[in-house]
Amino acid sequence: MANEGKIFRVAGPVVTAEGISPRMYDVILVGKEKLMGEVIKIVGDKVVIQVYEDTAGVAPGEPVINTGQPLVAELGPGLLGSVYDGIQRPLPELMSVMGDFIKRGVAAPGLDRKAKWQFTPTVKKGDKVEAGTIIGTVPERSVVHKVMVPPGVSGVIDDIKQGEFTVTDTVAVVSGKPIMMMQKWPVRYGRPFQKKTAPDEPLITGQRILDSLFPLTKGGTGAIPGAFGTGKTVTQQQLAKWSDAEIVVYIGCGERGNEMTEVLTTFPELEDPKTGKPLMGRTILIANTSNMPVAAREASVYTGMTLAEYYRDMGYNVALMADSTSRWAEAMREISSRLEEMPGEEGYPAYLSARLSEFYERAGRIVLADGRTGSISVVGAVSPPGGDLSEPVTQGTLRIVRVFWALDSKLRERRHFPAINWLTSYSLYSGSLDGWYKANVAEDFPELRNWTMELLQKEAELQEIVQLVGSDALPEEQKLTLEVSRLVRELFLQQNAYHKVDTYSPMARQYKYLKSIKMFNDYAQKAIEGDVSVDTIAKMKVRTKLQGSKLEENVDQILDSIIGGELAKEFETLGAK
Amino acid sequence: MTTKEYRTISQIAGPLVFVQKTEPIGYNELAIVRMPDGTEKKGQVLDTSDDFVVVQVFEGTAGIEKAAGVRFLGETMKMPVSKDMLGRILSGSGEPLDGGPAIIPDDRLEINGAAINPWARDSPSEFIQTGISTIDGMNTLVRGQKLPIFSGSGLPHNEIALQIARQAKVLGAQEEFAVVFAAMGITNEEAQYFMKDFERTGALKKAVVFLNLADDPAIERIITPRLALTTAEYLAYELGYQVLVILTDITNYCEALRQIGAAREEVPGRRGYPGYMYTDLASLYERAGRIKGKKGSITQIPILSMPGDDITHPIADLTGYITEGQLVAKRELVRAGIYPPIDVSTSLSRLMNEGIGKGKTRDDHKAVSDQCYAAYAEGKDLRGLVAIVGKDALSERDRQFLDFADLFEKRIVRQGRDEDRGIEQTLDLMWEILANLDESSLTRIDRKYIEKYHPKYKKA
Ligand SMILES: Nc1ncnc2c1ncn2[C@@H]1O[C@H](COP(=O)(O)OP(=O)(O)O)[C@@H](O)[C@H]1O
Ligand SMILES: [Mg+2]
Repeated sequence: MANEGKIFRVAGPVVTAEGISPRMYDVILVGKEKLMGEVIKIVGDKVVIQVYEDTAGVAPGEPVINTGQPLVAELGPGLLGSVYDGIQRPLPELMSVMGDFIKRGVAAPGLDRKAKWQFTPTVKKGDKVEAGTIIGTVPERSVVHKVMVPPGVSGVIDDIKQGEFTVTDTVAVVSGKPIMMMQKWPVRYGRPFQKKTAPDEPLITGQRILDSLFPLTKGGTGAIPGAFGTGKTVTQQQLAKWSDAEIVVYIGCGERGNEMTEVLTTFPELEDPKTGKPLMGRTILIANTSNMPVAAREASVYTGMTLAEYYRDMGYNVALMADSTSRWAEAMREISSRLEEMPGEEGYPAYLSARLSEFYERAGRIVLADGRTGSISVVGAVSPPGGDLSEPVTQGTLRIVRVFWALDSKLRERRHFPAINWLTSYSLYSGSLDGWYKANVAEDFPELRNWTMELLQKEAELQEIVQLVGSDALPEEQKLTLEVSRLVRELFLQQNAYHKVDTYSPMARQYKYLKSIKMFNDYAQKAIEGDVSVDTIAKMKVRTKLQGSKLEENVDQILDSIIGGELAKEFETLGAK
Repeated sequence: MTTKEYRTISQIAGPLVFVQKTEPIGYNELAIVRMPDGTEKKGQVLDTSDDFVVVQVFEGTAGIEKAAGVRFLGETMKMPVSKDMLGRILSGSGEPLDGGPAIIPDDRLEINGAAINPWARDSPSEFIQTGISTIDGMNTLVRGQKLPIFSGSGLPHNEIALQIARQAKVLGAQEEFAVVFAAMGITNEEAQYFMKDFERTGALKKAVVFLNLADDPAIERIITPRLALTTAEYLAYELGYQVLVILTDITNYCEALRQIGAAREEVPGRRGYPGYMYTDLASLYERAGRIKGKKGSITQIPILSMPGDDITHPIADLTGYITEGQLVAKRELVRAGIYPPIDVSTSLSRLMNEGIGKGKTRDDHKAVSDQCYAAYAEGKDLRGLVAIVGKDALSERDRQFLDFADLFEKRIVRQGRDEDRGIEQTLDLMWEILANLDESSLTRIDRKYIEKYHPKYKKA
C-alpha cells in the first residue's frame, strides 16, 4: 500500500493527490507543512482531500502522507472545560504555540498528555468485563468520570491499578491487552450501544415557554430556526447555561468569534443550578468560527457529537447544542461544489438530508449494560436565508426533529423575547410527558398548560377581529380574554435572558405563574358577570403586582402571597361595590 | 523566488486567465500579467494543478491577449505597512494617489489575515458614544464591534457614517479613533464627500484612505477591503490605535465576487451569488475585535445598499448573519423628513448588553431602551388600525401608545447632522416621552428605576 504520494491540484480547501491509495475518510497530511486533511472522494488514481487548514501557498508536487487512520476524537479525562476547534485541537494550546492568530501546520492533541488524574478502580482482578464496562472512576471537574473498557475489547481483568496516572498510562490489563484511560473513536461513526429507549423525562431548561409549553426531552431532538437576530444563539446559550443535563457540549459552528468569547467569559462565573458548581466544569466548547477553515467546520459537529456520546456511555444526560447547523450544511455545499458534484436543491449536495438524519439519529436515550441510562439531547440552530423556512436545511431538519421552536421576526421587532411563536411551535413529546409533570410539578399542571394554549389560540382569533374594528368594540368577555392573554405573554412567555432574576425560572415557579394567571382569569370572569368592567380589572393593584413580580428577587414569595389570598381579597373589594 | 515568465495563456474568461504548463505554483500565490506594451496587472492564483493554473486578475482582463506573459512571485499577496500611512490616500490596490512618496514599509503583512483565535479574543465592552440617540440609546456600539449600516440607494448612509466617525468617543478615554476608510465602487462624488469631511474636521491626519471608485476595475474590489483591514490590524495590534474601519459599499464588493464565480462557472447559490459568500464575507467582518493584552481595537462599520430595499437579499442577509447587529436606514423615515432615518425596530446591536449599564452608561439604560422598543412597536402597529377604524375606536391605553410612536420619531430618532447628544441627555429624553404612558404600562422597567428617573418622581 502506497503511503506517500504527491499533490496534483489545489483549489481552496480541496486538494487532489495521486500516488496514495487510502480508504474514504482516512486522514492525510498534506504538503510540506503536513496540513491535516481527510479523504472525501476517490476517483481512479486520484484522491480528493478536504483540508482543515488554510492552503495558501501549497503547490502541486508537494508530498502527501496517508496516515491510514480516520479522523478520531480523543476521549478521556480532561475534556470538560476544554475549548476546541473543529478537529479537537485545544484553542489555548494553539494560542501558546501560534500566538493570537490561528496559523497552520500545528498538531495539538485533544487530551493533555502530562496531566495526572486520580484513578480509583471499580473492578478487581479476575472480573469479567466487556466493552463499556466501567473499570474505574476519576474525579473530573463537575462529574465523576467513568473509565470504560473501550469498544471492541472484552475479557478478564489481569491487572488493575490505583493512583495518579496520565491518560496514556496503563491502568488495567484485560486478557493481556493493556488499557489506558484515553480511547479514540472515529468521529463520523456513532459509538456503539446496546439498546435505545424512548425518552420519558423533560430536559428542564428554566425557560418558561420551552419547559411548560414545548418541552424537549432528555434524549430528544429539537430545532430552532430563525432569521438573523431572532434569538437562536441567546436561546442556545440559555439552554447551555440552565439545562438540567450533567454535561453540555456547545458547538459554535461557523458563527461569531465574539460569541465564543462571551461563553468563555460568562460561563466560568455562572453556577450550575443543579450542583452549584461552575458551569464551565460541565461544558465542552467547540469553537470553529465563520472565518476558520471551512472543512474543519464540517467536521466540528461530528467531533462534538462523539464527545457527547462518550459521556452518554458513562450514563450521563448530555445536552448538545449546534449553532448553527446551517453553516455545517453550507460547508458541505462548499466542499461539494468544489468536487463538481451534481447539486441538489439550492446547490446543496443531494446527500444533505441523509447527513442531517444521520446526525440527529445519534441523539437519543440508551440503556447501558447495567440497566442505567444515558442520553443525548440535541438542539440545532438553523439559519434560513432570508428567514424563509421552505429552504432545504430547515425542511430537512424539520422532517427529523420532534421539537420545533419557531422564531418569529415580528416578535423580535416588538422585543418580545424569546421570540418563539407559540402558535406555530410544537413539541411532539409534550403529551407523553403529562405523567412526569403531574408527578413532579403539580397534578393540575397539564390542565393549566392546555388552558394556556387554548387562551392564546383564542387571542389570535380575536386579534384578527380587533384589526378590523378596534378593541373597544368587543364585548367584555372577549376584552378579558385579551387582557389575560396579554398577561400570559408579558408575564409568562416573555423572559429576559439578561435579567438576573428572569433568566432562569425553576419549574415550581413556572407553575405558580400559570396558576396565578388562571386564578386571576377565573375571578375576573366572575367579576365581569357582576358588571365590573375589564378596564377596572386591568387597573387592579394585584394585576400590576403580578406583572412586576418577575423582576423582583423575592418573586416566589410574591406569587405565593398572590395565590394564597391577595388576589381573592382584592376581587372581593371589587365585588362589594 | 521563481521569476520565470510563461507565455502559455490558454484561455481568458471574465476576470480569469488560464495558464498552462507551469512549474508547480502555490495556491493563492501572487501573479503578474505583463502585456506586450509592458504594462503589468496583478493577480492571484485561484486553482493550481499540473495541468493549468487559474489566475484572477485584479485590474480586470481588458487588453490581455494570449501573447501576454505571466510571472508567479512565489508568495501570497502582502501589504507594506508603516506608521507613516496615517494621512495617506491610496488606490484600491494600495498605490499612493495623493502624489506623496511611496510607503517605506516597516513590515509586509499577508492581506488575507488569519482568524483570531477565539481564545485570544477579549470581549468588546467599552461603550462608544456616537452622539446619535438611536444608536447610543437603542443600539449601542462598543469598541471591537462590527455594526453595518443597511441602507438603500439615495439614503443618507454616508452622512450617518461620517457623523459617527466625527462624534465617536469612548467616555473618559482621551484617544481619538484612527479611521481606515475603504471605498469600493462608489462614485467620485461620494468619495469627495467623505474626503471633504475628513479634511474639514482634520480627521484625515489620522486616516488611511483606500479608493476604488466606480470606474476602477471591479475585481480590485476583492482586495481593497483586505488591504484596509490589514492596515487596520497593523495600526490596532502593533501600534495600539483604536481603529474605526468604514467599508463602503459592500454591495459592490459582492458583485465582484459574483463575477468571479460566474467566470469560473461555479454552481451559484441564492440569486447567483457564490455559495461561499458567507465564508468570504466572514473573512472580512470577523477581522473586527479586540485581543487580550493588546491596547488597540478594530471597530467596523460596513455600509451596504440593499437592492430594492430588500433586507432578505443575500448581501444584507449574509451580512446580518455575521455582523453583531445592524443599523437599518428606512426610506419612510426620510420621506417623513427624519434624519437620521434609523429604524430601530429592525436595527439591533448584539453587543449592547456588554457596553451599557452602571459604570458604563447608566443603570436604567437596558430597561428604558427595552421599554421604548416595546412601546414604539406597539404604537406603530396601532397606526395601521387607526387608518381603518379611526382614533376614536381606540382605548385610552392604545391612544397613549399611538402618540408615543410619533413622539419617539420626532424627539428621539430625529436629530441634527451636527447634534452630538450625550448619553445622559439621550436617556433623559427617552424618560420624558415614556412619561406620557401610564405608569402601569411600563412593564419592562424595574420599580426602583421608575422611582429614580421617571420625571414625575425626579421633580418631586
Ligand atoms: N431571551 C432573550 N432575552 C433578551 N434578549 C434576547 C433574548 N433572545 C434574543 N435577545 C436579543 O436578540 C439579539 C439577537 O439574538 P441572537 O440569539 O444573537 O440571534 P440569532 O442567533 O438568531 O442571530 C440578542 O443580542 C438580544 O439582544
Ligand atoms: Mg446566532
